[in-house]
Amino acid sequence: MSEVRFTEQHEWVRVDGDEATIGITKYAAEQLGDVVYVELPEAGRKVGAGGEAAVVESVKAASEVYAPVGGEVTGSNDALSGDPAKVNADPEGEGWFFKLKLADKSEFSKLMSAEQYAEFVKGI
Amino acid sequence: MADTNEVLLKTPLHALHAELGAKMVPFAGYDMPVQYPTGVLREHLHTREKAGLFDVSHMGQAFLSGSDPSKALERLTPADVLGLKEGLQRYGLLLNDAGTIKDDFMFSRLAGEGPLYLVVNAGTKQGDFDYISTKLRGIASLEPRPDRALLALQGPAAAAALERHSPGISKLTFMKVVRCTVAAAPAIVSRSGYTGEDGFEISIESVHAERVARALLGEPEVLPIGLGARDSLRLEAGLCLYGHDIDETVGPVEASLVWSIGKRRKLDRDFPAAEKIMDAVFNGTARKRVGIRPDGKAPAREGTEIADKSGRVIGKITSGGFGPSLNAPVAMGYVETAFAGDGTEIDLIVRGKPLPARVAPMPFVPHRYRRAI
Repeated sequence: MSEVRFTEQHEWVRVDGDEATIGITKYAAEQLGDVVYVELPEAGRKVGAGGEAAVVESVKAASEVYAPVGGEVTGSNDALSGDPAKVNADPEGEGWFFKLKLADKSEFSKLMSAEQYAEFVKGI
Repeated sequence: MADTNEVLLKTPLHALHAELGAKMVPFAGYDMPVQYPTGVLREHLHTREKAGLFDVSHMGQAFLSGSDPSKALERLTPADVLGLKEGLQRYGLLLNDAGTIKDDFMFSRLAGEGPLYLVVNAGTKQGDFDYISTKLRGIASLEPRPDRALLALQGPAAAAALERHSPGISKLTFMKVVRCTVAAAPAIVSRSGYTGEDGFEISIESVHAERVARALLGEPEVLPIGLGARDSLRLEAGLCLYGHDIDETVGPVEASLVWSIGKRRKLDRDFPAAEKIMDAVFNGTARKRVGIRPDGKAPAREGTEIADKSGRVIGKITSGGFGPSLNAPVAMGYVETAFAGDGTEIDLIVRGKPLPARVAPMPFVPHRYRRAI
């Protein structure tokens, strides 16, 4: 069973076993506007929880994407370089950014649930 | 969000922006629409394909009157004001005493009228108005018109859409200006704009602004367009944004705006810091404003350092982003003059890494003005 959790920086992370898939939330995609470029991490790169892992750019501005959990990057969504609009069209599905091998599962359980994140967004 | 407590000004179309679902941002002291639900990308493309309506009421409108306002204004700009014929508009630079750029602005000579009609940038308008009034005290008087709104209707379908509310207006050609009515409101209309497309700027009394805007938005070709797309459109058109690409640290020559200096003015050398500027015209400057095309897809933003191929910093980007019509990143900035030639290979230092790019001619997207034949 996979489980999805969220960060205050508007990333989502889905964990299945020890594999984590990471992207930006629907709210973040809406705030950014039309995504025109993404820079994704190379496989093999080690990132710490909260560390800069990717960059997403809209027509207007560039934003960092942080790794919600630490681990070693195992792959990224190459389809986004040809079609970055996928991030807007399906941010929490086909618009995923990268996958990593989770180093410490306790980092994941500290993140917000879908309900907690929905509450958090309401308060912004 | 780090909001300030500053009270933002509102244009006469503020309520309409809210009704249209605009995302509002602070800009030059005003609460302005950065985009509508359409989104920046589609707003940009729609303007190039059909027509977009922009609220530019935050810009400063004024009339300059006196016994010879043209001669007076030439004290502050190197543009040819005296030579501007009736019914025409022109672009000019407002220079300070040191010959650097205090602002860029448009001036018009309306047929049969003594005063000149000026439009200056929003962020600089108070400073400009104070400067012009002070410098020209006793010879000309400036009357700011905060009671007027300004709309820009831009794009290849702009003429057809405006014609339905201002019969005959489509006969006007590029940089011509006329008093007429738009949706029965008295207006000053010029065939100009800041997107590189054909289009119009429409000055009307604020009380009529919302009604006129609604009339134009009612046309099937027209969508409301925010400041986000206005910025990407003007960048693709190679046009400067004051406070970014030009400011009081640069002069007309390094800003590559020598074309805005009148021929007679060059000969007479009777504008601020004329000797210094003419020396720069003949002998060049240390740096120049150029267009830049990154090789890849990554945009390089304002403030990005520009390096030569050995890694030495040779300049900085002053406007940069993504050009939706080119489907590629575009930028402009200043480089040492030795690197200003079209095609020169440079690197842009983005997130610590060199990104290959080339100096490129502007406009990036060809202008499509409706010139008189």
